[in-house]
Amino acid sequence: MRSLFSTRLFWLTVAVLVGAAVLPQFASGYVLGLLTVAYFTAVFAMSWDLLFGFAGEVNFGPTFLIGLGAYTAGILDQQFSPGLSIWICIIAGALAAVIGGVVLALPALRVSGPYFGLTTLVAVLMLQNFVVVFADLTGGEIGLSVPDVITIDQKANYWIALGFMVVSGAILFGLSRSSIGLILQASGQDKVQAGALGFNVAKHKLAAFIVSAFFSGLAGALMVFYMGTASVGTFIDVSVGVQVIIAAVLGGRRTVLGAAIGAVFLIGMGEILRPLGELATPIVSVVALAVVLFFPNGFLGMLRGEARS
Amino acid sequence: MRSDVMLDVTGLTKRFGGLVAVRDLSFSIRPGEILGLIGPNGSGKSTAMKLIMGVERPTAGTILLDGENIAGLPSHKVARKGVGLVFQHSRPLHRQTVLENIKVALLPDSLLRLFADPHVDGQARAIAERVGLGKVMERKPPTLPFADLRRLELAKAIARHPKLVLVDEPFAGLTASETREFSELIRGFREEGRAVLLVDHNVKSVSALVDRVLAMYLGERIAEGSAAQVMADPTVRKVYLGGAITTVARPESSFKDVTPVLQVDNVSVSYGKAQALQGASIHVHEGEFVSVVGLNGAGKTTLFNAISGLVPYAGEIRWEGKPLKALSPAAIARTGLVQCPETRELFGDMSVRENLDLGGHFLPPKEREERLEWLLELFPILRARRAQMSRTLSGGEQQMLAIARALMMKPRLLILDEPTLGLAPVILETLSKALEKLRATTPISVLLGEQNVTFALPHADRVYVLDHARIAWEGPPGRFEAEAAATYL
Ligand SMILES: Nc1ncnc2c1ncn2[C@@H]1O[C@H](COP(=O)(O)OP(=O)(O)OP(=O)(O)O)[C@@H](O)[C@H]1O
Ligand SMILES: [Mg+2]
Repeated sequence: MRSLFSTRLFWLTVAVLVGAAVLPQFASGYVLGLLTVAYFTAVFAMSWDLLFGFAGEVNFGPTFLIGLGAYTAGILDQQFSPGLSIWICIIAGALAAVIGGVVLALPALRVSGPYFGLTTLVAVLMLQNFVVVFADLTGGEIGLSVPDVITIDQKANYWIALGFMVVSGAILFGLSRSSIGLILQASGQDKVQAGALGFNVAKHKLAAFIVSAFFSGLAGALMVFYMGTASVGTFIDVSVGVQVIIAAVLGGRRTVLGAAIGAVFLIGMGEILRPLGELATPIVSVVALAVVLFFPNGFLGMLRGEARS
Repeated sequence: MRSDVMLDVTGLTKRFGGLVAVRDLSFSIRPGEILGLIGPNGSGKSTAMKLIMGVERPTAGTILLDGENIAGLPSHKVARKGVGLVFQHSRPLHRQTVLENIKVALLPDSLLRLFADPHVDGQARAIAERVGLGKVMERKPPTLPFADLRRLELAKAIARHPKLVLVDEPFAGLTASETREFSELIRGFREEGRAVLLVDHNVKSVSALVDRVLAMYLGERIAEGSAAQVMADPTVRKVYLGGAITTVARPESSFKDVTPVLQVDNVSVSYGKAQALQGASIHVHEGEFVSVVGLNGAGKTTLFNAISGLVPYAGEIRWEGKPLKALSPAAIARTGLVQCPETRELFGDMSVRENLDLGGHFLPPKEREERLEWLLELFPILRARRAQMSRTLSGGEQQMLAIARALMMKPRLLILDEPTLGLAPVILETLSKALEKLRATTPISVLLGEQNVTFALPHADRVYVLDHARIAWEGPPGRFEAEAAATYL
């Protein structure tokens, strides 16, 4: 039964992705720009789902990792361009996020639940303060503009983001379905028991943090070179983090794929409702809330429910 | 050290702040030997197991496993040295099947081996067959009966072929026949040459199974020897076994109220497709003690949850003649209908005292004080632990707290769902006396759900048998043995 469903979902995914790949032939630059951002957000949300859905760690500060990646890459480029290739800047951004991930993992291994959640929030606020205080280096509240971009071709940018999302999604999804995903779930549910079964819980959780941080940071760095600027409001602010979390929960916790669907939906809705001005955000929030209330397993849960009946 | 000893524990000590949970404990187990560990609630049995498993770090002492000191190692290392622990509380992965849950226990602890070897599937199937889960391999844990969940825990613990198996209260909540099947499985470990450390309050089954018994009290050893010797030891009798339980049933005609206070009429409950209760009708008079007995999964908890308003049902439940259907669970509780659930539902991060105070929240201050005093008198260990967080209490201490909190609510009908779960025999005697006192001095009615017939029968004026979601028998306890015991339990 279940494998039947997963194959159906698999072919559906392939069909949607093929559609997405040929979309630039038909869609306007405006739509492509929007989807490019959505694809990056999707990677943020999928990385977050690996930590929360599988390792059971409530990370309220996904933007700590994203921001580290984005700002490290942006600052390096601004300081050393054109001497330094932007690809090196991007890799450095991802590595900085990994270091941040290890730093976050340390409290996670000692405290759990709300206490850990609190430390992640503090981490975001600290990063935000850092950016504001060292305005000379970071651009402060105005933002940091980077001299280089990957390409100015809108279609190329779109394909890069799409390809990046597909590759990251495949890796994260594969991990979640592997032995490691199962061990992470077991540790998230009861770490005493997981230990007694012979699993080094600390090692597995640390790995989850590193992988999640790597993809968050990489996506943040790539997005900087797509947008050409980095600002607190797009990469670090707590509200950005909340958006990422809502996307993951909305799409369906513990599914990885759901996180991507949720992200595209959220960004799309936000844009469609933009003419409503101030009202747009509350409407999107209410819709998200309703979905989560009535379908705790999100969009994928809805899909599955329909498949069952 | 003797070479034929597998586990050799010396001077094991564990302190939690000011409390010494295990004090200078020494014992050893040989391969192919089953050592029973008994003792009153809170005497340190589970703590001793956790120290061996590496879940807690010992304050002092050595733990030699085949000559190698494993004291203080983290549990995943202890596990890989060949120790397995069967947990009392099962927390399986709910979205995975039974088979997949067993497979998890067989996975390598490696970040590089992403997918399990193909032979893992065969191994997992073999283990499932071995513990009697062969028929339910493809089902998911939430749909399994209690006994099968315990089997799953056993399966996970032996997946890596541990040479030493620690089993904490395997028989708690199991019926007599399930207990026999479990005993058989554990006996199988002995034949395979594994060493077993077994904790349980079911004295009869422990005695029948073990080679040797070690009795603990307040963290220390008080007796050791053959089961017969230890059970005959005067100290063990006094602090652990207690006396026999005897009371007399009163005939139904002795209750004066014409309409019973509680009337359950043709009540049915279903969870999705599964029918958990089918047309059940029972009644309880004011002051009457009624026991509902039945196997695991027969529907006892469902019946109680329907009365407490926790699950929707068809049919009618009337309390003092008034239907309860429209009331919320909280409103039902305030009318004096109080349930002490099987799952205890304590406030884990609050102290013992705070849990009790919450129970007595609606009582006037003076009465609250008196009740509290009475209950702390009844369960002295709760007085000693009053400032402790209830999550860290021993299993039996938690059960006492749950019962005490229910009594703090000054119930007029007290529903006790499996109250004997995890309690030492001596505490059963205490509980029995408390119920007797309530019966003699107050008009309280009690509805007792049990599969421990030896406790349920003496405390009942009348008995119902629940079998496969239906009420199958009703009568006075004196007729139970002859008419119902063999057919339904
Ligand atoms: N983490 C902890 N902090 C403080 N006290 C603890 C902690 N864990 C256990 N204790 C106390 O240590 C004592 C021994 O507990 P343990 O669980 O070993 O008892 P037990 O013999 O297994 O009892 P039971 O038969 O009720 O299961 C208890 O009084 C308990 O309250
Ligand atoms: Mg215990």
